[in-house]
Amino acid sequence: MTGTRLAHGGIIDRNQPLSFTWNGRTLSGFAGDSLASALLANGVKIIGRSFKYHRPRGIMAAGSDEPNGLVDLTHGAHHEPNARATTIQLAEGMQAKGLQGWPNVEFDLYGALDLAHNFIPAGFYYKTFIKPSWAFYERAIRRMAGLGTAQTTGDKRQFDGLHAHCDVLIIGAGIAGLSAALAAASAGFKIILVDDKPHLGGSLQWNDATIDGLPALDWIGQARAELSTYPNLQILSQSVAFGYYDHNLIGVMEHVASPHPGWGDARLWQIRADQVILATGGFERPLLFADNDRPGVMLADATLCYARQYGVLVGSRMVIGTNNDSAYASAMGLSQQGAEVTIADIRSTTSPSQARAEMAGVRVLRSARIVRALGRRAVEAVDIQTERGTNIRIDADVIASSGGWSPAVHLFSQSGGRLRWCDQRLAFVPDQYKQKTSVIGGANGTSDLTDMIAEAFSTISVLAKARGLRISRALPEGPQAEIGQPIKPYWRDPAIKGRQWVDFQNDVTVKDIELAARENYISVEHLKRYTTLGMATDQGKTSNIIGLALMAELTAREIPDVGTTTFRPPFVPVSLGAIAGSRFGRLHSPIRQLPSYESHRALGAAFREYGGWWRPAFYPKAGEDERATIAREAKAVRAGVGLLDASSLGKISVRGPDAAEFLNLLYYNELAKLKPGKLRYCFLLRETGNVYDDGVVARIAEDHYLLSPSSSHTQGVLDQLELWHQTEYPSLRVHFHDLTAAYATISIAGPRSRDLLTAIGTTIDLSDQALPHMSITSGQMLGHHVQVMRVSFTGERAYELTVKAGLAPYFWECLMYAGADYGATPFGIESLSLLRAEKGYILIGTDTDGLTLPSDLGMTGPLLAKKVDFVGKRSLMTPDARRSDRRQLIGLVPEDDHFVPAVGTHAMVEIAGHRRSIGWITSSWFSPHLNHAICLGMIEGGRELVASGATITLFDRGKLSTARAVEPCFFDPRGERLHG
Amino acid sequence: MIEIPCPWCGPRGEQEFHFSGEPKVRPIPAEDVSDAAWAHYLYHRTNAKGPVLELWSHAAGCGRWFVVERDTITHQVMATRAPS
Repeated sequence: MTGTRLAHGGIIDRNQPLSFTWNGRTLSGFAGDSLASALLANGVKIIGRSFKYHRPRGIMAAGSDEPNGLVDLTHGAHHEPNARATTIQLAEGMQAKGLQGWPNVEFDLYGALDLAHNFIPAGFYYKTFIKPSWAFYERAIRRMAGLGTAQTTGDKRQFDGLHAHCDVLIIGAGIAGLSAALAAASAGFKIILVDDKPHLGGSLQWNDATIDGLPALDWIGQARAELSTYPNLQILSQSVAFGYYDHNLIGVMEHVASPHPGWGDARLWQIRADQVILATGGFERPLLFADNDRPGVMLADATLCYARQYGVLVGSRMVIGTNNDSAYASAMGLSQQGAEVTIADIRSTTSPSQARAEMAGVRVLRSARIVRALGRRAVEAVDIQTERGTNIRIDADVIASSGGWSPAVHLFSQSGGRLRWCDQRLAFVPDQYKQKTSVIGGANGTSDLTDMIAEAFSTISVLAKARGLRISRALPEGPQAEIGQPIKPYWRDPAIKGRQWVDFQNDVTVKDIELAARENYISVEHLKRYTTLGMATDQGKTSNIIGLALMAELTAREIPDVGTTTFRPPFVPVSLGAIAGSRFGRLHSPIRQLPSYESHRALGAAFREYGGWWRPAFYPKAGEDERATIAREAKAVRAGVGLLDASSLGKISVRGPDAAEFLNLLYYNELAKLKPGKLRYCFLLRETGNVYDDGVVARIAEDHYLLSPSSSHTQGVLDQLELWHQTEYPSLRVHFHDLTAAYATISIAGPRSRDLLTAIGTTIDLSDQALPHMSITSGQMLGHHVQVMRVSFTGERAYELTVKAGLAPYFWECLMYAGADYGATPFGIESLSLLRAEKGYILIGTDTDGLTLPSDLGMTGPLLAKKVDFVGKRSLMTPDARRSDRRQLIGLVPEDDHFVPAVGTHAMVEIAGHRRSIGWITSSWFSPHLNHAICLGMIEGGRELVASGATITLFDRGKLSTARAVEPCFFDPRGERLHG
Repeated sequence: MIEIPCPWCGPRGEQEFHFSGEPKVRPIPAEDVSDAAWAHYLYHRTNAKGPVLELWSHAAGCGRWFVVERDTITHQVMATRAPS
């Protein structure tokens, strides 16, 4: 095979040459070329080496069915390890390399493997590489049999995704799809037409047909112009429908030749359609003969496609084998371009197309079959067995074949549709539909153009009628049908010696299928997995049916009795990056910012993520390490006053006449009796009794509460409230509103906190009588409305100031400015975490887990006192909830003062020489106030250990230490500082 | 990905919804419910093949919870309605 560029023809732009490289060699093609057509035009024969035997391979097809043409493609910053050359649009500067050859595909040392083919049949790996283990051989085998190498630097391309809805989604823009689009558009349907090629028309583009009196290409142009006048129709070209999912959802990957400024290199459409019309055409099947994988062996229709679409003549001496009429179009088309064409037809009959071909100078051999390809690195000649049993040898540089057409039923099969074997067409065709789908044209097994047009119009007509619409366009007039000769069943000639390939990409031969049959892997699913037939990235588009037919023959069954495998998405490989779209990096899980972010940044805060919020962890000074910073901030709070941005704390407003009754049913603690103006620290349980969240609940008025869930649980708490209200207590008059993002909260903590607020000035009476610990009020401050809660998470006198989010930076700056006189110190979450640990205040999810009950945390009162059936109540009464050896929250003080155990360190006991964990440390700090380490832990029977003052053995990665069990409060156990 | 008709917003893609399993009748009062009955309520799911009732919420839409009658074999959604 030596391909050449024809002087004329093709829908390439000859004024726009493109330069690219192949294995380092600079070649040129034209805009409109595929990478495959450009390689063929440059006379490239060997495109790669086969997967297992490393045999040289050439381009075989012209579309997504190509099994051989996988290349390593680099274009700019983008690298694609296994690009299918037939579906890649050529672009300036592309660098392509053949895969699988070492040192290269032209001269491949692993090619010697082919000599050993007798020893490596199907199942060889399973049977051979057992001892010592598969892992022992894997590396070497993967090197020999792997595909391209994935890049390690990350995908530089930009992707996006979008959703769309339409009345009718038409997939495929060949004659059937175009006709359906014309009909549906004229009827007024909202339509999306999807086609995987850059140009509309499908195989009609290289067909000789006359439609509406126009040559095919002209008619396509006219149809495209007509379609562009319809505002109710959208065309997606270079867009492959790769998956058909439930309820008529179709996944479509849209590609562009050069990155789109808005959405990048490709975007994934999720299109939901009322009706899906599959006009996906068919795939030609090759015929089998010995050494049918040599470079230069192609599909008949592909040779015509290259000539007509790309102006590339794939060879000058061509032999075509066929069992049907469709190959004659290729024979005539290539003969017209000056190739010397012989066609070997298995059939003995004469059809009009044969007669035409003979008149056009094609040599037609009847009752003749190709038995062998000759030539090693490229086809040189072909052996043909004629009627009389004699062999003739013809010199040839291309062997093309057509073994019939398989409808592209992949999407139909994915939709849940069932297939039926059709003996006349020798193909599986759609039979039973599961979704709102219609299959038309070649995909439905229809082969005549005029029939396809009629099928498209009648399908749309039925849809239109159901909607009260009408097609307002005439039926395109197709060519007059002629009576051809039927396809003749022919799968292989058992007399042929030598290897015949069925699955080219995975190197599966007839012998492998025979072996599978002998070893009883006769179910189609076993055949597939044992031989890997159809399991390559081409998903067996050219090989599945042949494999099934051979298995049927070998086991004396009919093809439908062997069955067909289920086609699964994706129809063609889809880039994972495109599925992720823009949801990666910073956009994967956007982090929420505090309204005063800039103020904290100016103070030199070290930010970390806490429950989805980007918050200051602490504010280091120059030369200060983390531990020193935390100690300084914590000391400043206990000695004077500290400022903490607590804006991420949840703020859920609960209002309504039945708010009290509802919250009392939801929360563990008594809330109906809480007085307006007061706060209570509460648990919200799951129905399993486990503590879901903790936080302060404020009663602002009789019918108005404010919840303060943990920063990371605000949405979860709101969801719980809604769920219970809507499904269990819908009659209660109450509603919920999440105000978290609308307001900001600054916590002012420390013995001088009140002095600072007084200095700023407020209409609120800040006296302990008017605003004692655990109370709430509101008033004016700095000329704005503020809400003040007196509540503490540090153990110090503290006030939480809540203002509109937009005012947060202003209040923060004013507090910092006025606070200078009081030594006001900004402190972060880490410092807060230390301060609260000193007090034994828990952090949900840190000190608790999904098994923790309120009693494990020492809060048993409400269960005994509350009469209503609050959420989780029954679960607190089970035997498990009352076990005395439950893990309970305690304090631990390491006996070595300066040793701070790691969080997660286990407490253990030794029984008869065996160690057993009885719990673990959940929080661990060095307390700058006590000058020793303090820990919180969840320890089995912990309360009793505290009561007896037990010493606990700690175990961390082999290292043992000891700690005393103490009450889980290390600082100011009587809480005097909260009030004074 | 299935399409679910929200009783309030109309048909929307599955990704807008949140699934919460079978609707269950909550046994009360706590004092009168046996451990076994409570465990059944908490943890037992029929996981039926065929038509089932499920609780869904239109989390990325109106936020309302509703009952979906769905076939777990065919994925057909037969009906949706507000919880009773």
